[in-house]
Amino acid sequence: MKKNSVCPFKAVVIGVSTGGVSALKFLLGSLPKNFPAPVLVVTHITPDSDDGLAVLLDTMCTIRVKEADEQEFVVPGTAYLAPANYHLLVERGGSLTFSVDPPVNFARPSVDVLFETAADVFGSALIGVVLTGAGSDGSRGLLRIKQSGGMTIVQEPADAELSSMPESALQMVKADHIVCLNEIPRLLTKLLAG
Amino acid sequence: MTPEELFDIEIQLLMEGVYQVYGYDFREYAESSLRRRLSQWLAGSGCATLSLAQSQILRDRQFFDTLLRGITVNVSEMFRDPAFFKAIREQVVPYLKTYPFVKIWLAGCATGEEAYSMAILLLEEGLKGRFRIYATDINEEVIRKAQDGIYPLQELQHFTRNYQHAGGTGSFSDYYTARYNHAILAPSLRENIVFAAHNLAVDTDFGEMNMILCRNVMIYFKQSLKERVLGLFDSSLLPGGFLCLGTKESLEHRRISDRYDTVAARMPIYRKRYEKK
Ligand SMILES: C[S@@+](CC[C@H](N)C(=O)[O-])C[C@H]1O[C@@H](n2cnc3c(N)ncnc32)[C@H](O)[C@@H]1O
Repeated sequence: MKKNSVCPFKAVVIGVSTGGVSALKFLLGSLPKNFPAPVLVVTHITPDSDDGLAVLLDTMCTIRVKEADEQEFVVPGTAYLAPANYHLLVERGGSLTFSVDPPVNFARPSVDVLFETAADVFGSALIGVVLTGAGSDGSRGLLRIKQSGGMTIVQEPADAELSSMPESALQMVKADHIVCLNEIPRLLTKLLAG
Repeated sequence: MTPEELFDIEIQLLMEGVYQVYGYDFREYAESSLRRRLSQWLAGSGCATLSLAQSQILRDRQFFDTLLRGITVNVSEMFRDPAFFKAIREQVVPYLKTYPFVKIWLAGCATGEEAYSMAILLLEEGLKGRFRIYATDINEEVIRKAQDGIYPLQELQHFTRNYQHAGGTGSFSDYYTARYNHAILAPSLRENIVFAAHNLAVDTDFGEMNMILCRNVMIYFKQSLKERVLGLFDSSLLPGGFLCLGTKESLEHRRISDRYDTVAARMPIYRKRYEKK
């Protein structure tokens, strides 16, 4: 695979569950305005949630944060949150689509669905991040990212509000980086700088 | 060439073959979803690759039917997105009441939950005997299930909660009888629903509708197919008729959008203008 010398990565995908709101406040809130890649996020929210979390995060972050729109093309410096009750998928060409396929790992949106479709599209130019949460959603997706040559980051379980999601990911994947939440923004910025 | 790229080519070839042999057109379905569903189907098919499966798919109708079931996503629920049904009740039904008779096309009805939800809503709003719902789907097997109107009892709790949040004025338990672990919907609900097979990708329009609902169907389509289907709806809808999409869908940037007004804030409910173009 050819690597662009300026920025080796085209996208960052993040999966988070329990503890997600405060983790995202910190992580997205620490990214600089000119962050050179789009950030796609699945957080487990109840099916009847509106776009309130995206709106809230947008007021707190210097990067733009929004709920993903159908067939929207992703751009750097923006974080896209999966809407409640829909899976978020990435298409070739970098647009977003939704599905109402059955829940995966009891979750819709599911981290695995986002990670697997993003890995298909971005290959080795993808960074996958699994943060705090209950359950095992995201593990298979992270494995797919790893197999496609992408970079894998898992929050140090001891640092997570709920450790089972990162633990499960670590059981399945030999992650490239196992770090505390407060180190992740700097790590991402460094990786994206090439 | 990566395995992913090869798989994409196999999908394209297979979909072309399926179209030519069976007339089912999946060539303009969104790829990522199709890819996921096909790889799941392949894993359970006993075939090593899609190319190997293709030979049997094109010759064996029953084998193709398993593929068809694998490709179409028939997930549904009663009163999905309660706020949507509430908006229909409060902001669309008052207009519908002014007509002597209301014809509704519900495209992509899956196993029928949405059609029965609409029937319940309209009956509660006093439209008994004054409406007909044409509920269609590409998948004939789900249409048969829709006709039966029998759902697993464990889903009823969820349906009931949705019904209440959607502004239901009755008691949801009046609409079904529980038998063993199933709920059988009241046959009277079916009286005003016609279930039929219809393929949005290849079949023609339906004509003279006052309302069209098509929710969570076009999210699986590429732009070009979306435009085709919206054109179909536009020519099937009477002036003043209502077009309703899924919660995360919209008419924005669509060719027909300048002929439609938004009815409810933040809801994909549109009304076709009266003026002629
Ligand atoms: C996810 S379900 C949506 C069910 C329901 N409208 C809802 O929102 O709960 C999508 C349905 O669209 C149907 N479908 C897919 N392609 C179609 C086509 N070309 N023509 C008609 N129906 C189609 C599928 O068979 C499936 O039942």
